[in-house]
Amino acid sequence: MLEIHDLHVAVGDKEILKGVSLTLKQGEVHALMGPNGSGKSTLSYAIMGHPKYTVTKGSISLDGKNVLEMPVNERAKAGLFLSFQYPSEIAGVGLASFLRTAYNERTGSKIGPMEFMKTLYEKMALLKMDKDFAKRNVNVGFSGGEKKRNEILQMAVLSPKYTILDETDSGLDVDSLKIVSEGVNALSGPNMGVLIITHYQRILNYIAPDFVHVLVNGKIVKSGGKELALHIEQHGYDKVV
Amino acid sequence: MEPSEVVAEYKYGFFDPEKFSFKTEKGLTEETIRQISHIKKEPDWMLDLRLKAFKIYKEKSMPKWGADLSSIDFENIYYYGKPEGEQAQSWDDVPKDIRNTFDRLGIPEAEKKFLAGVGAQYESEVVYHKLREDLEKKGVVFLDMDGGLREYPEIVKKWFTKIIPIHDNKFAALNTAVWSGGSFIYVPPGVKVDLPLQAYFRINAKNIGQFERTLIIADKGSYIHYVEGCTAPVYSTDSLHSAVVELVALEDATIRYTTIQNWSSNVYNLVTKRAHAYARSRVEWIDGNLGSKITMKYPAVFLMGEGAHGEVISVAFAGKGQHQDAGAKILHLAPNTTSQITSKSVSKDGGKTTYRGLLYVQKGCRNVKSRVSCDALILDKNSSSDTVPYMDVKENDVSIGHEASVGRVSEEQLFYLMSRGFSEEMAIALIVRGFMEPFVRELPMEYAIELNRLIELSMEGSVG
Repeated sequence: MLEIHDLHVAVGDKEILKGVSLTLKQGEVHALMGPNGSGKSTLSYAIMGHPKYTVTKGSISLDGKNVLEMPVNERAKAGLFLSFQYPSEIAGVGLASFLRTAYNERTGSKIGPMEFMKTLYEKMALLKMDKDFAKRNVNVGFSGGEKKRNEILQMAVLSPKYTILDETDSGLDVDSLKIVSEGVNALSGPNMGVLIITHYQRILNYIAPDFVHVLVNGKIVKSGGKELALHIEQHGYDKVV
Repeated sequence: MEPSEVVAEYKYGFFDPEKFSFKTEKGLTEETIRQISHIKKEPDWMLDLRLKAFKIYKEKSMPKWGADLSSIDFENIYYYGKPEGEQAQSWDDVPKDIRNTFDRLGIPEAEKKFLAGVGAQYESEVVYHKLREDLEKKGVVFLDMDGGLREYPEIVKKWFTKIIPIHDNKFAALNTAVWSGGSFIYVPPGVKVDLPLQAYFRINAKNIGQFERTLIIADKGSYIHYVEGCTAPVYSTDSLHSAVVELVALEDATIRYTTIQNWSSNVYNLVTKRAHAYARSRVEWIDGNLGSKITMKYPAVFLMGEGAHGEVISVAFAGKGQHQDAGAKILHLAPNTTSQITSKSVSKDGGKTTYRGLLYVQKGCRNVKSRVSCDALILDKNSSSDTVPYMDVKENDVSIGHEASVGRVSEEQLFYLMSRGFSEEMAIALIVRGFMEPFVRELPMEYAIELNRLIELSMEGSVG
């Protein structure tokens, strides 16, 4: 269980999140919706531990362990995964060797390149990615859609317990969105909890959420089922608040 | 321990007992030079050349630019030291201590696996030398420079000091005065040497100077890849390594010259390297500088004939107490010539890197194409990097591109990698490795693996 309790987060002197509480269980899909500037991405960065985001109050725990005390890499090893809105480019580093190291860190194993390629190609097929992709440098020269697909590929390889999809739908055309969503659906199951962070309802047509939360001005102002997302789609955020 | 106090492990810092069969007195006089020439039983013309060079060396001032060389104590250096034993063609005949050293450096093993020939220099002399038999039969010559002078005096006389004149700079003059060892290579027309030839340079004794001299002549249409490596023990007093390397690529020949310099942190490494590239030939310097206290080295290609191509791909890694002042020189002296300079440098723990380059195009050399790119990565606040790219282009009908960047590891990249399970240290090492990849991919696989390992070792203790 990923438990976020009364979380306050500041960037510099500015408080962005003003007491957010949310509980994500393995097997559940939650959607966090909100207008621009509501603090959606701040929540995802704070959970993963970006050094610019300071938690001033509240707690995050993962299966009972205090996440806030863990360095970023320990959070990843414990089973947290963040699909970035803007993934970094790592020049000169091949995707396959990068992912193999990440895999070995996450699982504590020492799997060799040959054996790893089998796993990697399997997951790539699932996301309809060409094998050549594995040879490319991490995110270098990738299109927006390729970057997002690559994030989901990493999720597939690392099999996290809890995944945060930060605006994964932004910048994706319909076909890519479909492939990415199908990938998430195929991979999520009783062992993975998913938190979808999005501005629009669109992605929720493909990945059905169990719960929808609306974040406005650093606070969750409303929670409900799938129908809440449709309601927002029809009436806008203003009417919901 | 403060991060700046952490010194990366240098695994080549071991040493053997000093066993010389002959060593000159400390310091350098005309008598020292006569002794060196005498013990080598050289022809008179070489002694005369040495003495002439010594005179020029004394007259020349120290370079007024580049790294700080003021603490070199020239009086406290042994300019020649001959280790015990004679040059061997079999490792079994190499004295035990020396053999053990090269075993630890992995040279005999590499020779068996992926080299066409090996020369191993210890202090001032080459103690082991061997070329694969089939290449010998094809007329390839791979000797130490002393052997080259003995057996091919006409070729040596023709080219020695013709690429790098004695008066080129103070250290070229010094080398010409006291040179010993190094490689002499001749590749006959049309012969392609399929595997690299390697020379390994090892300094063992304290306060020794190593002044090897290398001359490579690739005759028309031939191909040769030469690789050199170098290490030394760590001493509290300084050593001096000052080599001169002259390359001649005749028409349609290719020379690739790869260096992995990993001297210990008490070695001054002041080297002059230059190639003459004739029509349609190709010269590539693949130059890796990881070690030494101070390096000043700017491999050069003079493009003498139409259609010639020159390339310098280099990396410099400067850690605590190190200054890597390195770069490249390309002179376009004929039309339709092309060149590329790619320089990558990393500085950390107070280290300093300087890229210093010259690109020259002579008037009338039309349709010259050149691309220069230099990137520096600075890993902490105490470290620094400079770029000094000179361009002197006297012709209009040319296409020249230049790009330079200086960067630090970004917080976003670190966060991204750490979010995938990499520790901070692993993440920085991965970024550095990726940064150096354009250089590493030019190396034969075995060296690429070794270099990546060296980079990882150098990165240990990067994070406090």
